[in-house]
This record gives sequence, C-alpha cells and structure tokens, in this order.
Amino acid sequence: MAVIDPANHGLRLATRYTVLILIAAIFVLPLLFMVMSSLKPTEQLLNDTSSLRAFLPVGDISLQNYYDAFDRAPIGLFVFNSLLVTVVTVSLSLLLCSLAAFSFTFLKWRGKGLILSITLATLIIPFETIAIPLLLLVSKLPWIGLEGFRIGWLNSYHVQIVPWIADALTIFLFVQYFKDLPEELVEAARVAGASWWQVYLRVVMPLSGPVIATGAILKSLKMYNEQYLWPLIVVQQESYRPIMVGLGYFFQLQVAWGEVMAYLSLITVPVLVFYLMLQRAFIASIASTGVKG
Amino acid sequence: MKTKALIVGLAATLWTGTALAQTELTMWYHGAGNEVESAIINQIVDDFNGSQSEWSVVLQSFPQASYNDSVVAAALAGDLPDIIDVDGPVMPNWAWSGYMQPLKIDEGRIESFLPGPRGYWDGQLYSIGLWDAAVALYARQSTIDMLGLRTPTLEEPWSGDEFMDALAAAQASGEFEYALDLGMAWTGEWYPYAFSPFLQSFGGDIVDRSGYKTAEGALNGDAALAFGEWWQSLFMNGYVPGTSQDPADRDRGFIEGKYAFGWNGNWAAVAHMAEVDDMLFLPAPDFGNGPKIGAASWQFGISASSKNPEGAAAFIEFAIQDQYLAAFSDGIGLIPSTPSAAEMTENYQAGGALEVFFGLSEAQAVLRPVTPGYVVAAKVFEKALADIANGADVADTLDAATDEINADIERNGGYGH
Repeated sequence: MAVIDPANHGLRLATRYTVLILIAAIFVLPLLFMVMSSLKPTEQLLNDTSSLRAFLPVGDISLQNYYDAFDRAPIGLFVFNSLLVTVVTVSLSLLLCSLAAFSFTFLKWRGKGLILSITLATLIIPFETIAIPLLLLVSKLPWIGLEGFRIGWLNSYHVQIVPWIADALTIFLFVQYFKDLPEELVEAARVAGASWWQVYLRVVMPLSGPVIATGAILKSLKMYNEQYLWPLIVVQQESYRPIMVGLGYFFQLQVAWGEVMAYLSLITVPVLVFYLMLQRAFIASIASTGVKG
Repeated sequence: MKTKALIVGLAATLWTGTALAQTELTMWYHGAGNEVESAIINQIVDDFNGSQSEWSVVLQSFPQASYNDSVVAAALAGDLPDIIDVDGPVMPNWAWSGYMQPLKIDEGRIESFLPGPRGYWDGQLYSIGLWDAAVALYARQSTIDMLGLRTPTLEEPWSGDEFMDALAAAQASGEFEYALDLGMAWTGEWYPYAFSPFLQSFGGDIVDRSGYKTAEGALNGDAALAFGEWWQSLFMNGYVPGTSQDPADRDRGFIEGKYAFGWNGNWAAVAHMAEVDDMLFLPAPDFGNGPKIGAASWQFGISASSKNPEGAAAFIEFAIQDQYLAAFSDGIGLIPSTPSAAEMTENYQAGGALEVFFGLSEAQAVLRPVTPGYVVAAKVFEKALADIANGADVADTLDAATDEINADIERNGGYGH
C-alpha cells in the first residue's frame, strides 16, 4: 500500500505552483508591462525595457501619458463607437444565430444538412478574401435611416454591424449546445400545443445561458478587439471610427510609446470588465461545448 | 407695394444666399494624431475658406499607417474626396490606376521648388509637396575626433573606402555596441527610401530607369552585386544591428552612445540635437557614382473623380505659399520646398541648425523610381535587403528579386511606360 510522504507531497505542491505561477506570468506580465509603461515618460519606458523595471511602477511615474493621449485622439468617441457596434452586433447575432441553429437542430426541412455544411464551410474562408467584394457590395446598397434614403452604406454604424451579424461559429456553438438538450423537453412542449416560436422562446433559450454567454464573449472580443481592416476600408469619417483604427493616431514619425500604452490600457478596461462579469458562464460553457476561443 | 417689397426682399435673400454658398470640396489628409500637423493643415483650410467665397474645403484626417489602404478602398468604392495627399513615390501608381488627375496649377509657382516635392508622372504634374525629407549620416564631432577621421562635407563627402574605414575604426575602438545604426527596425518604406540610394551610388538601381520595363541589369548587374556584397558585409562584420533590432534602440541608441553613427532622417534631427551637444549631420558616402539620398515626401493632388478640379487646384495653389511651407517646417521639422520658405524658418535658414539638410536635398537627392510599379518593387527590394542582411546568397537573392519585379511589370502590361 502506497504511503504519501509529506515531504514529497510538499515538493510536488511547490513544483505545481511554480509551474502555474510561471504560466500565469506569461499572460499577466504583458498586461503589467502595458499598465506600468503607460505611467512612464517614453524615454524612461524605452530605457526600462531591458530590465525588470519595465514591470514596476518606478522612476518618473505620472498620468501625463493619459492626458496626452486624450489630447491626441478622441478616445471617448472611439470607445463609444466600438462599444455601440459591439453591443448591437452581438445582440443581433445571438438572436439570428440561435434562430438559425434552432432551425438546424429541431425543425425538419429538406437540404438542412447541406445548408448547415455550407454554413460551417464559411469558417475556413478568411475575411480578407471577401473584403473587397463586400466593400463593392455595401458601397452600392440602399439604406433608409434617420437621415433618409441614400445609396451606399459607407461611413455609418450599420456598415460595421450588418455584415457581422450572422456567423458560422456562433451558429455552430448553438447547434452543438441545442443537440445536447433533452429532446423530451421539446417534444413535451410540442405535444402540449406549443408553437415552434414558443418552444424557442420558452423552452430552449431559457436553458441556453452558458452558450449565450460563450457566444456573447467570443463575438464581443472579435468585434471589440479585432475590427480593423473592415472599418478601415468602409469608414472614412472620424466620427464612426472604432478603437483599433484609432490606435493609428499614436504611430507618428516618432512613436509616443507612453501614449500608446495609455491608450491600450484604456481600451482594455471594458474588455476586462466584460470578461470578469461573464467569467463563470464562459468557463462553464467551454466545459460543456468543448470549444475555446 | 407690399408684393414688390416682398419680391425685392426675396431676390436680395436669394442673391445673398448664392453669394454665401460655397461649393464644398472634400479633402483627405494622412496626419490624424499629429497635433502640430493637424493645427497647421486646419489653419490652411480655414485661411483658404475665409479668403474667397467660391469654395469651402472640408478636411478629414486619417492615421498615416492606414491612409493608403483607405484611399485605395475608397477608389474601388467610388468614394474618393476632391483633394488627397499622396506619398511621392506612390503617386505614379495612383495616377496610373486612375485615382488621380493631372494638377492644373500655374507651374511658374513651383519653379523654385526642390525636385523632390514636384510630383510628375507621364510628363504631367500630378502632385506638389509642401516639404521634402532628407537622410544624413548622424555623428558626433567628438567621435570623429576620437577616431581621427576627416569630417566629410557636401563638396567632399567620404568615399566608400573612407566610410568603411570609419566603421572599422569605430568598431575597433570598443566604445560602441555597433559602429552604425541603419534603422533596420523601421521596416516598410524606410528600406527603399533610405537604402536604395546606396545601391544607386554603387551604380545599380531598383529598376532600369531607361524605360522602366525591367529590373534586369539594374538590380542584379555587377554594380548591384557589389552593393549586395557590401550590404551583407555590414552585418557579417558586426558593424550594424540586424533585422531584429529593438525599435527602442533605433529611437535612443545613438543618443545613448550605443552606436557611433546613425543613418537617419531630418525629422529626427531636432530631438537628437536636444540631447547631443556636438551633433553632426554628414552627407552620404560616395560609392563611386556620387553620394545619393532619397527624396520626395507627402504631396497634394486631385482625385480623378473630383467634380471640382479647379476648386481643388485653387486650394493647392493657396497651400503652397511660403508661409505655410515655413509653418510646416517649423512645426514638424521637415525641409521646406523652396529656398525662400527655408529663409523664413528657424532651422533651415542660412546658419540654421538644419541648413545642411536643405543642401543635402538639393545636392544629393534622387527620386525613387518614378513608375506605378514602384509600390511592388519597393516591397520586393525590402525583402531582398532583409534576406541578404540575414545571410542569404547575394546573387541568388537579387536575381530572384529581379525576376519578381519583372514578372510584376509584365503582368501589368509595362505599367503604361
């Protein structure tokens, strides 16, 4: 019979924590570097990069980079634009993609498997390959908005939202999740006379909290953090620019690295808050769907 | 009587309204985020709008890093503004691609301009710049003295051998991490802008400028091979940091004494002078075909889709006044396009701290190849230089680069040459 040696157990524990701390450091140190650097003058920031001082609040510490960053670019406007586009896109995406997934999972119609396969196949097409055709398309589309009728979607919020509402990954997440729901629930509801719409609203969606959270987080991160190429080519007016395009304001002939770090720190805050709010649901959903971002 | 008064009043209102209504001209500019530059360009726009009643320019600024992509996308979508600014070497491509139309201004106004800011393609003026940029060899007088070197001048620059002797002496002194900082951390346009003049000084070029139909002989001939071997030797001998140079070292390395010499532009000169007491800006070395540096910077032009080219031209003519050339120079340190504007500036006037750069632009500047194919050739050239710096075979690399440029020229039907 094996006996646990207390000394051996302590060593293993120490080793485990050392490894965990090292792995955590890989993820935390860049963030720490970003925040600490945002508090230093550019000259000191560059000098500190070759030592551990880069991760410490030492030297000439101040919020000057933040003041200068706000002077250089309309940061509030960029953050507002990104948040607006993200919230509207994610909301509409969750609605549309869950409806599509509901249809793929529970409804019976001819060609369902083929359409689902084609939908999932779009996952392998990089956006860059369709960016130009999409640009040509949206530049000719009509739109009726508050400002009236016009041809062309360029320079607007909706041009940053509509093309991103439907996406295969979110549909796939919902399909996978719906497949694992007990079929009896849906059948019982149908037998009791519920319409498909009622089944979707009253039975399926209330049980789909984890996948909604996962879809929301993955989509939000994509919309908030990665929207660069598309707004770059469809939005010329500063008033509609999102944060990632705004980052370019800080890359002048002499890069103001301190301000870059201040800007990055500022735009990271909403992401961290959002993640911390949905952290439990996110982890739970990853465990249940087996999908990671 | 009442009706008559009403008609008179209405007519007066209409006349006044017509007189006040300025036709809107849209303009895109690459300087978003640069507060000084934005202030000057906004001032020019305000002055122009207030100086006449026919046109009103509305400015939209873009981050420089993404500006070209935005323009190309807008051209595809048919959404270009009336006035655009364009980087000098890119202009022929945009003109050839149909994004720009010739700039109809009184060319007598630009006779005194440096060659770099004048954007000609296919025999016509397409763009004009308010400034030029130049590169110099950064050095300290104390370093020159310590190494016992002759101080080169515009009239008598270092020969290639003298330059290499200077690097060897700096390296042997043990005082520096590297003898020379070429700015390898600055990728992109810096490579062809800053380094192709070395190739030209050896007698080669990125393409054969006699017809712009091929790079054969220019980029892989004997002169180019000699350049390539020399280029590689800089890295193999440990004289310069390689392609993995830390950008922080590029910004601060010379100032902190890590490098004996630096290859840098006039835009960094003021910051260096502020921290280095005995700063020198030396001319490019002569590798046999004269000392060369790059030329041409951002310029103003008119989009092909502009419905008001005369208004756009009126704005550009207004913008190239000496006072604005001087304002840009004082504001962001660039070289004013005319001698008269240079005299109005703090740094480029006779005896000014950066006067040498005006002389360099006048005496040594060479335009990058004036061809629509430059945008592709520049990227090929950049990759070839990086590969050679990293140890690739010189002849093979230059041959491959030549083939790639030739294939591109052929694919595009000779780019209209």
